Amino acid sequence: MSEKHVKRVDLIFEKAECQEVLGKIMKMEPDDICQEVLDSDLKGRGGAGFPTGLKWRFAGNEEDPVKYVVCNADEGEPGTFKDREILDQVPEKVFCGMAVAGRAIGAKIGYVYLRGEYKFLIPKLNEALNKFHDVMDEYNHNFRIKIRLGSGAYICGEESALFESIEGKRGEPRNKPPYPTKSGLFGKPTTINNVETLVHTVMIMKYGAAHFKELGTKDSRGSKVFSVSGDTPISGIYELELGMSVHEFVQEFGDGDTKAVQVGGASGFCVPRKKFDETIIGFEGVPTGGSMKLFNSTRSMYNVLHNYLDFFTEESCGQCTPCRVGCQQLLMGVEAVKRGEKNSKYLDELVKLAKTMKRSSKCGLGQSVGNAFGSIVENFKEEIIY
Amino acid sequence: METIIENELVRELANKHGRTRESLIPILQDMVVHNRFLSKQDMVDVARELDMSAADVFGTATFYSFLDTEPRGKYIIRICKTISCAMKGKNDILATIQEILKLNLGETSPDKKFSLLEANCIGWCHKAPAMLINDTPYTELTPEKVTEILREYIKK
Repeated sequence: MSEKHVKRVDLIFEKAECQEVLGKIMKMEPDDICQEVLDSDLKGRGGAGFPTGLKWRFAGNEEDPVKYVVCNADEGEPGTFKDREILDQVPEKVFCGMAVAGRAIGAKIGYVYLRGEYKFLIPKLNEALNKFHDVMDEYNHNFRIKIRLGSGAYICGEESALFESIEGKRGEPRNKPPYPTKSGLFGKPTTINNVETLVHTVMIMKYGAAHFKELGTKDSRGSKVFSVSGDTPISGIYELELGMSVHEFVQEFGDGDTKAVQVGGASGFCVPRKKFDETIIGFEGVPTGGSMKLFNSTRSMYNVLHNYLDFFTEESCGQCTPCRVGCQQLLMGVEAVKRGEKNSKYLDELVKLAKTMKRSSKCGLGQSVGNAFGSIVENFKEEIIY
Repeated sequence: METIIENELVRELANKHGRTRESLIPILQDMVVHNRFLSKQDMVDVARELDMSAADVFGTATFYSFLDTEPRGKYIIRICKTISCAMKGKNDILATIQEILKLNLGETSPDKKFSLLEANCIGWCHKAPAMLINDTPYTELTPEKVTEILREYIKK
């Protein structure tokens, strides 16, 4: 058994003076800011892991007088709750990160898209935002932020659906390309970043890219805020160094009887006990937006899978057929197998359907239903059938 | 000719949020806070005020689960049904609420005080089971705790 402990970090929640960072970035050339973030190898913390510096440079290279910075605070992935804590504890750092992004790409307006379930945070955020705007005035920086609320649609966490929602429409994802850095909010070049990513950029501006890179692995630099829940005696929010194995994670957070860990929420992967050692939590292994759910041996993985499929069936926007019909069929399919109306071979058909959804769905929702489906069915087949 | 009856609230909210398409969702959100739901007439009035088609307003409103288009109570209870809450006893909490309020899922009490709904993950998995009453989250629920919370709301 490994004795290595998971390294706890305290960067995201560190109380930082944003004035210092704002003063620094105002003196920097926009592209030097992109370069510093690029040098840090920071990858997006919402789950997809796109290099942040590259995203900013693409948006910065667009020649349009109107550009936008959008903070994706539509944290809806089951098992993810770290952005709520970040917004609650250090809202000024989130706004500061948006100002850094604004300076880097040449945007004057930022939007925070906050999920409706977190509406209770609004008074606190408005207070912090007023202070932030005062500081911006001191620096003669005309960057302004607006806060928009979601209304209970998971799909609006998908970047182009989020733009549609801010624009006052149904939150239906757009075709890509064009990507947001070329045509995003209101058809303008836009950088859209996760709450945690923006805070990381503030710390990179404060301490430098080299400091950020001291933690993590070649493919997954830095630390990450994890949302830990399920069968664990210490559920909660933890900032940890990237690059640990699931085994190391379970040593720290498990209840001694962990049989599986769902990494990355309902759209992520299920890692069974036999693969704990070999699976790295990070972009080289299983990526995650922060959701880590532990299941012990008392849990039925059929119930877990059924819960996820029920979730996707409700949250699919219904725009494209593979996702809309696929989710429904997967749900009805596992129910039929469980009732014995279909034999176990039928599960193979369903796995094929999930693969088809991955190839043919319009956005990340339909494309990732197969992650949980495939990994749970593959590793816990007997629990699905009997 | 049909007379158009002025919808004061719609006018007021359009003055506050603006009359562009971008203003639509903030207007609808505030209307739900005010009236607890969006009536067909309200949606027609918003469409007229923003100079857009009523079908567009209806299509947008019905996309979002928090923009209710059927009458709801003064207090909307949304109990989280996603995996962590389901694992940590959500069904017991739901049964307790149903017993106290005599409501089934999806129903609104005859006095229009409470509506009982389920929600997908509301972001409190580490303190499951959880629910929202309007905008306020309640976490680490037990049958005793939820009984106490509801008792307070019943008094209101």
